Amino acid sequence: MEVQLIKIEKRNDVSRSIYFLTPVLAIFLTLFGGGIIFYILGFNPIEALKFFFITPISDLYGLSELLVKATPLCLIAIGLSFCFKSNNWNIGAEGQLIFGGIVGGGVALLFYNHDGFYVLPIIILSGAIGGMLFAMIPAILKTYFNTNEILVSLMLVYVAKLLLDFLVVGPWSNPEGFNFPETRQFSESARMPILFEGLRIHAGIFITLITVFLSWLILFKTYLGFQIKVSGLSLKTAKYAGYKGKTMIIIVFMISGACAGLAGVGEITGPIGQLHRNISPDYGFTAIIVAFLGRLNPVGIIFASLIVALTYLGAETAQIFLQVPKYTGQVFQGMILFFLLGSDYLLFFKIKFLGLKKNEL
Amino acid sequence: MYKLFLRSLISVLFVLGFSLNANAEFKVGFVYVGPTGDHGWTYQHDEGRKAVEAAGIKTTYVESVPEGADAERVIRQLAQSGHDLIFTTSFGYMDPTNKVAKDFPNVKFEHATGYKREHSNVATYSARFYEGRTLLGHMAGKMTKTNTIGYIASFPIPEVIRGINAMTLAAQKVNPDIKTKIVWVFTWYDPGKESEAAQALIDQGADIIMQHTDSTAPVQVAEKAGVWSFGQASDMQRFAPKSILTSIIDDWAPYYVERSIAARDGTWKQQDTWHGLKEGMVAMAPYNSAMGDDLIKEVEQLQKDLASGKAHSFTGPIYDQKGNILVAEGAVADDGMLAGMNVYVKGVEGDIPQ
Repeated sequence: MEVQLIKIEKRNDVSRSIYFLTPVLAIFLTLFGGGIIFYILGFNPIEALKFFFITPISDLYGLSELLVKATPLCLIAIGLSFCFKSNNWNIGAEGQLIFGGIVGGGVALLFYNHDGFYVLPIIILSGAIGGMLFAMIPAILKTYFNTNEILVSLMLVYVAKLLLDFLVVGPWSNPEGFNFPETRQFSESARMPILFEGLRIHAGIFITLITVFLSWLILFKTYLGFQIKVSGLSLKTAKYAGYKGKTMIIIVFMISGACAGLAGVGEITGPIGQLHRNISPDYGFTAIIVAFLGRLNPVGIIFASLIVALTYLGAETAQIFLQVPKYTGQVFQGMILFFLLGSDYLLFFKIKFLGLKKNEL
Repeated sequence: MYKLFLRSLISVLFVLGFSLNANAEFKVGFVYVGPTGDHGWTYQHDEGRKAVEAAGIKTTYVESVPEGADAERVIRQLAQSGHDLIFTTSFGYMDPTNKVAKDFPNVKFEHATGYKREHSNVATYSARFYEGRTLLGHMAGKMTKTNTIGYIASFPIPEVIRGINAMTLAAQKVNPDIKTKIVWVFTWYDPGKESEAAQALIDQGADIIMQHTDSTAPVQVAEKAGVWSFGQASDMQRFAPKSILTSIIDDWAPYYVERSIAARDGTWKQQDTWHGLKEGMVAMAPYNSAMGDDLIKEVEQLQKDLASGKAHSFTGPIYDQKGNILVAEGAVADDGMLAGMNVYVKGVEGDIPQ
């Protein structure tokens, strides 16, 4: 019997423009794949894709909602890009978001019925610090006790969730709320200012934009950013260059946690306005897709967060107008990541056919 | 200046949206917290929606809408896309529903299990599930050998406490020695947690398992362990054919049809509905013949009496855990007391989590 032999070889000449174009290719492949799925489900693919990707953002309200949804995703993904670039696998952004929300929400409740311009900044800051401290747990355990940060950060998500459950069911529940698992509505002074009346887009978007700018500055213009990139490319080189690995690990986790904490506090002081058990529909996990789709690049992440946010909105409109199952949104997110990773593989490796050979078995 | 411009732009868009839909047909929208295939809470609401559809009214639904920031957008989108009546079927949609209702005075909103009606176009509705619990208590008191009833509870809100109390009072009436053991799982739907709770209760000697959560896990655990159980929200008989004595069924269909027709014909009014066995919003699945004909007859009679008002789930004397009187002899608890119930009656073990 004869078999075809295949060899997989690493490519050395990957062009930069193609590297940044593959996400676009992945999105087109997803649209194509999505059209096929819609067709199989019995919908007109063009019409379904239109309801999925165009209708949700065809008016001001829709655009505002897109930004409301993209804001936390973008913030978290920016933070995660620091970890991922330096080979630190922080999977627990969801927990850091929730913990930031808990700390920020606690401060908001402390300032209940308290007016003053300083209330909101204190809440936002405490949320960021909360997320930061929570992210330092896996970082310190990794640097000093050699634990696996993937496991620790992931398991801490459940700790944060259970702590939030405990607080909103018990000590922090609304005294006038018949024991329902939620806190009071925060006072006006603790809410993010709404930018346009009638829309939900709030001042949190400025925090996100500032964060994007700062992270670009850190990654591309500072020594720390250079260290992060070198450690990501080769840990041995980083060690040889004498970089303090431990400090850097802790710093990237702190940045990542602070961003997730900001996202959490932005949700509770923005569209939600109180603490309850569902302050995040798994933003912390979805942001992992956003970070990679955006090539761990601050500007790329902005676009990626808008696209992923659109898959959520699109799933809702497609169900309202066509009764397409809502889970197609998740299928689309999965497809984007699948096509991106698939094209990456072909980008970095080439497949060589070595011809037919006799199989000796 | 630019604010004024934006405001007018937005209102023009809204008006445009309305006028585009003005001549569209009458539509009813539903917002669900879970998937339509959960075999419990959402499944039953979707059965109600299908009944509306069968009555010739067009319906739309959005499933698995998280109770966080997303709910407001979904409700608003339904209102904006020409739905005239919108049912929001979970407690967590209370504030978003009222917020959207303010901006769409011509759309009617119905929120399940909540208590806020901040605008004249918001109605609330719920069912007197506790009447079903009274029947469960009667059966449990008669069927238990260990005199221990296991109860899987979700959140310590009045609705759940009411169910625990109604069940315990009815069980005590037929069997003064019974004890009610409770495990709080702090979730409405988590098959893993619910089955652990069921197992823990069985290990503590409970031979009856009851749940105020929505998955079919507890009845399946009960079936395996060979103890009795009761289904919740929909008829769960096929998941535990030997173990299930009956299920409390939430039948929203007649209410949904009635309210949809009223909204279409312009007779819809704001109200707070609390229907029970009498109106059929609470119904019982067929009784398991393993209970014996005598007991089934007793329960059927009690069901009739509760429906007709001859019997009431909370008839005095009722004492709290410390022995203080809650409802005097011969009196029945009024709806205000039931709506805010936050103490256990005598015979329930443990404290309400605070």
